[in-house]
Amino acid sequence: MNWRTVRTLAAKDLKEVRQNRSAWIPAIVVPLLFVVVLPLAIIVAPSAAGLPGEVLLPRQGPAGMPNPLPPALMAEVAGLDDMQAWVVLMAGYLLAPFFLVVPLMFASIVGADSFVGEKERKTLEALLYTPASDRELLVGKVLASVTPAVALAWLCFLAYGLVVNVASGPIMGRVWFPPPAWWPLMLWVAPAVATLGMAATVLISARVSTFMEAYQLSGSLVVLVVGLVLGQVAGLLLLNVETTLALGLALWLVDAALLWFGVRTFTRSELIARI
Amino acid sequence: MAYAVEVEQLSRRFGSVAAVDGLTFRIEPGEVFGVLGPNGAGKTTTVRLLNGVLAPSGGRAWVLGLDPAAHGCELRRRTGVLTETPSLYERLTARDNLHFFGALYGVAEADLPRRVDDLLALLGLSERANHKVGSFSKGMKQRLALARALLHQPDLLFLDEPTAGLDPEAARQVTAWIEQASRERGRTVFLCTHNLAEAQRLCHRVAVLDRGRLLAVGTAAELARTLWHGLWVDVDLRTRPPGALADSLRALPGVTELTLDEDRLAVQVEGEAVIPSVVATVVGQGGQVLRVNPRVYSLEEIYFRLQRERKEGAA
Repeated sequence: MNWRTVRTLAAKDLKEVRQNRSAWIPAIVVPLLFVVVLPLAIIVAPSAAGLPGEVLLPRQGPAGMPNPLPPALMAEVAGLDDMQAWVVLMAGYLLAPFFLVVPLMFASIVGADSFVGEKERKTLEALLYTPASDRELLVGKVLASVTPAVALAWLCFLAYGLVVNVASGPIMGRVWFPPPAWWPLMLWVAPAVATLGMAATVLISARVSTFMEAYQLSGSLVVLVVGLVLGQVAGLLLLNVETTLALGLALWLVDAALLWFGVRTFTRSELIARI
Repeated sequence: MAYAVEVEQLSRRFGSVAAVDGLTFRIEPGEVFGVLGPNGAGKTTTVRLLNGVLAPSGGRAWVLGLDPAAHGCELRRRTGVLTETPSLYERLTARDNLHFFGALYGVAEADLPRRVDDLLALLGLSERANHKVGSFSKGMKQRLALARALLHQPDLLFLDEPTAGLDPEAARQVTAWIEQASRERGRTVFLCTHNLAEAQRLCHRVAVLDRGRLLAVGTAAELARTLWHGLWVDVDLRTRPPGALADSLRALPGVTELTLDEDRLAVQVEGEAVIPSVVATVVGQGGQVLRVNPRVYSLEEIYFRLQRERKEGAA
């Protein structure tokens, strides 16, 4: 493996994405929404509006009715007052899966631009005539999409931690974020999700011919994130350390399977025949 | 002798379609070899096969002594390809494009900036070096693509329709650069083109393809001899001799056919050695000769004759 070739390919792909405004603007807007707008709306807005905590988070249902919150979630906020419980549950647990949208989306955007965009812009042929091996081409493109996606997710995590701790300071009276599950979420699951977005794009790129088609198809993986959010709300799942580690392992296994198929389709002969 | 390119029964099928069908030819080092043929003849597929970008369905090829199917990466370090579309990154500058490809072709990092600057200057692109390629005209893009193909100083240059879609001025410029590139370092050039005048000007030998098959290969003169059997000589007469000149000429050994107008004689002979006896016969019978021209067929005449024969053969 020639690492100069790999580095050059990855740097070129990132430079190209930076020049493609329609590709990177969503990658800025969505993280801003998750990092700034949502936590402020959840933490600051209720206090500013004077809403009492028991309205936001009713811990007791009407007489004879089941408790509105799953017991596992209730256990996480035991000993906190209603407003503190609201902040911890929303900012610390229910919003957590949304953070996976950031690496997923960024890896899909860069992957679609890199794998399908080359074909769409008719630049792939010249690339295939270079001495770079099939493996170097693939690794260069994978690094171009996965590395910045993970870096962006970590940057957002850092910024989110700052926003949440500062905004919730008057309510919590201490630095409480991140809860323990966020560490495996960011260090173990986020890279797996970024790899999933990229691996799906490699497979999709064999069957579509435009950047938008590839981006939209790989974007449908967001369903996975929505599933995690609904799972938590419904009490079917709680993203604690154990479940997060297990989720990451499952995703890495799926990634490995997708990449195995992807590597088989990513050969010069296959790629040039589809130009 | 070690050939620059040696191909034996090379084939490539896509499903039931044979894009390249049993090609056999050899190219000597330093030769400019033209490949002519209509769209779909298999020219681009041949370039892909010879660079190890596409795997053959059958047959063998050796390019610069290497098997492209087995040693594609090693081979592509020594070949440069000008693709039919410039295939450049339009969001990047001309300089960025060359730096990117130079790194992929393994040009030493210390040499790359100078090499890029030299080529940009040589191809008249220095002033636009830091402009995005998307703002370039088609001719400028083609020149930049040629710079990319030459960046790593390849031994073998593949040019796929290098002047397609260019205006005459830009086409002439690109052709001049190709001539220059072919003279450097005894470089071998494999030129695919529709442009018969360009091929006539640049190529030592040509191969004519049709639907993946090789119709003919050789110099223009060799191809003409196989198509028109023998040598036609045009003799311009100032004075036509009285008497039966045609009968006398037909009686000469080596004369196979002739036509005689008032002031022009066309004689088909078996070889150049017969020409003096033709002239002597005309003069001996009282005729006056102004000019004697062995007929030279243009590549265009040869190409269309081959295509016509192929169609008649198919019918």
